[in-house]
Amino acid sequence: MPAEIYLNVAVGGVLTGLVYGLMALGLSVIFGVVRVVNFAHGEMMSIAMYIAVVLFSAFHLDPLLMLVPVAAVMFAFGYALQAGVINPFITRPEHSQFLLLVAVAMIIVNVLLIVFGPDAKGIQTSYSYDSFQFGKLIVDATKAYAGLAALVVAAALFAFFKYTTLGTSIRACADNYTGALVVGLDVKHLYALTFGLGAACVGAAGVVLVLIVDVTPSLGHGYTLLAFVIVITGGLGSMPGALLGGLLIGLTEAMAGLLFSPSAKSMFSFAILVLVLLFRPQGIMGKRAA
Amino acid sequence: MTMLGRLIDGVSVRVLILLGVLAVALLIAPLIAGDYLLTVLILILYFAYIGQAWNIMMGFAGQLSLGHALYVGLGAYTAAALYVHFGIGPWLGLLVAVPVAALAGAFIGFLAFRFKVGGVYFAILTIAVCEFARVGFDHLAWTRGSSGLFLPVSQYSGNDLWHLRGRPVMFYYILLAATALAFVGCRALLQSRIGYFWRAIREDEEAARSTGIDTFHYKMIAVVISASMTSFAGVIYAFYYNNLFPEQVFHISRSIEIILGPIVGGVGTLFGPILGAFVLTGLAEILNNVLAALGIDLPGAKQVFYGICLLFVIMALPDGVWPWLARRMGLSERSK
Repeated sequence: MPAEIYLNVAVGGVLTGLVYGLMALGLSVIFGVVRVVNFAHGEMMSIAMYIAVVLFSAFHLDPLLMLVPVAAVMFAFGYALQAGVINPFITRPEHSQFLLLVAVAMIIVNVLLIVFGPDAKGIQTSYSYDSFQFGKLIVDATKAYAGLAALVVAAALFAFFKYTTLGTSIRACADNYTGALVVGLDVKHLYALTFGLGAACVGAAGVVLVLIVDVTPSLGHGYTLLAFVIVITGGLGSMPGALLGGLLIGLTEAMAGLLFSPSAKSMFSFAILVLVLLFRPQGIMGKRAA
Repeated sequence: MTMLGRLIDGVSVRVLILLGVLAVALLIAPLIAGDYLLTVLILILYFAYIGQAWNIMMGFAGQLSLGHALYVGLGAYTAAALYVHFGIGPWLGLLVAVPVAALAGAFIGFLAFRFKVGGVYFAILTIAVCEFARVGFDHLAWTRGSSGLFLPVSQYSGNDLWHLRGRPVMFYYILLAATALAFVGCRALLQSRIGYFWRAIREDEEAARSTGIDTFHYKMIAVVISASMTSFAGVIYAFYYNNLFPEQVFHISRSIEIILGPIVGGVGTLFGPILGAFVLTGLAEILNNVLAALGIDLPGAKQVFYGICLLFVIMALPDGVWPWLARRMGLSERSK
C-alpha cells in the first residue's frame, strides 16, 4: 500500500474523531455538572439525526444550515428531560439513575422504530462525493465540513462556559453544589440548562454525523458506548479531554479499520479504554482523582 | 445452632409461609401450566437466578457490573464448544466453563480493584470487557465466529439429564433447583462474615478499610462468586436454546436485561431478584398478549410500553418493588 493511503485514512479518522469528540463533549458536560451518566446519549443523537433527515427531505436544506435549529430542538428536549424526569434522581444511587436512563433510551429507540421503520436513512448532498486535494493528500468534503462544524460548536461551548455569567453559574454548581445553593443559584434550573446544552451538543454532532453515516433506530447504543469510551479516555468531566479523546478514538478506529478489519475496529477502542483505566483512571486530561 | 436453624434465624413466620407457598407453587406449576406458560416460567427462573448472582456484586458488595452477559456468554460458549468439538457433556463442561468465567471475573476485578477503579468507571470497564468479548468471539473460528455455534438437536422422547438433551420441563426443574440453591446460598453468604464485610464495603469503603477489612480481597471474592454462578446459567442457556451468536449472547442489552430484574425487585434484597424477574417477564408477556388482542402489530410498540412501565416503577418505587411490598404485607427482611 502506498504511504499516502495511511495519511489519507488518518486525516479522515481525525475529522470523524472531531465529530465523536463533539458528541462526547455533551456527555462530559452533563456528567461534569449534573453527575448523572447519560446512558441515553447515543439515542438522543439518533433523534437529531432523524430530524436532520426529515428536514432535508422536506426542504432540501443543507444539513450544516440545520445545525442551529436542530440543536435548539434538542436543547428543549434535554431541558425537559432533566427538569421533568431526571432532577428527582440526582441524589439517588447510580444503579437507579442507570435504570431510568436505560428506560428513556428504550423508549426513544422504539418510538423512532415505530415512526421511521427499521431501514437506514441518510442524506445525499451536492458535495457528498466531493473531495479536496492537497498534493497527495485527499480529504472528503463531507468529513472536512463535519470536522470544522464540530470544532466551531465546541469553541462556542467553551466560550459560553468561560465568558458568560450563566456559564460561570453552571460551573459553580459543578464545583460546589451546596455552595451554589447558598449563594442563591437555582440549581435545578441550571442542571436542566446543562442537560439541555449536553443534548444540544450531541444534537449538533448528530446533524454533522448524518453527513457521514446513515441512521437507523438502533444506531444509538453503539454511539452511547463510544461516547463513554471517549470521555473516560479523555477524562470524565473535562471538556478539552472529550475532544482529545474523540480525536484519539477516531484515529484509532480508522487505522484499525485499514490495518485489520473494519468489524474489529471497536476492539481497539475498548483496548484503549482498558489501558487508560489501568494506568490513568482519571483520563488523559482529567484532574479529579478516581 | 444447626445449619437450617441459622438460616431461618430471625425470619418471621409469615416470610417462611410465603416461601413455602412459593416453593410448592413452583414445584407443581409444570403439572398445570401449558407449553407457553412453561416457557415463560423458564425465562422467569433464568432471570431470577442470574439476578441473584448479579445481586451479590451490586446488592451485597456495592460493585455495579453492567457486563454480566460476559459470564453468561463464556459459560455458554465454553460448554457448547466442548460438546460440539469433543462430545464432552455439559456437567463435565461446567468444570471448565465455571473456571473460565471465574477467571474472567477475577481479571476484571484484579484490574479494577487494584487500581481503585470504582463506581461509574468500574461499570464502564465491565461493559468494555464484554464488548471486547463480543467482537472477539465474532472473529473466533473455533466457535464459528459470527455465523453462530449450533448444538445438534433432534426430537426427544425422554429427558437425558446427563447430556441436557430433553424437553423444556427438564430445564424448568434444573433452573428451579438452581434458583432455590442460589437463594439459600445468598442467605447463608449474607449471614457469614463475608456478607457483613461486603455490606460494610457497600456502605462506606473507606470506613470498611479503616476497620481492617481487606476490601480488595472481599471484592474479588464477590466478583468471582458472581461470575461463577452466572456462568452456570450460561451453560443452561446454551443447551436450552441450542444456538449461540456473539452478537446476541454478549450484546449489551443482555447485560441490561440481567440487571433490570434485581433493580426493579429491590437491590440488595434476597426476594428482589426473584420478584423482579416475575414482574418484568410477566409484564413483557402481558404486553405481548394485550397488543396481540388489540391487533396492534407494530414493531417497537411493546418496548415503548415496557420502557414507560420501567420509568414509572423506578420513579414511584426507588428502592424496588420488594421493600415496598414487604412493608405493605407487614413482612420485613431483616437481612437487608
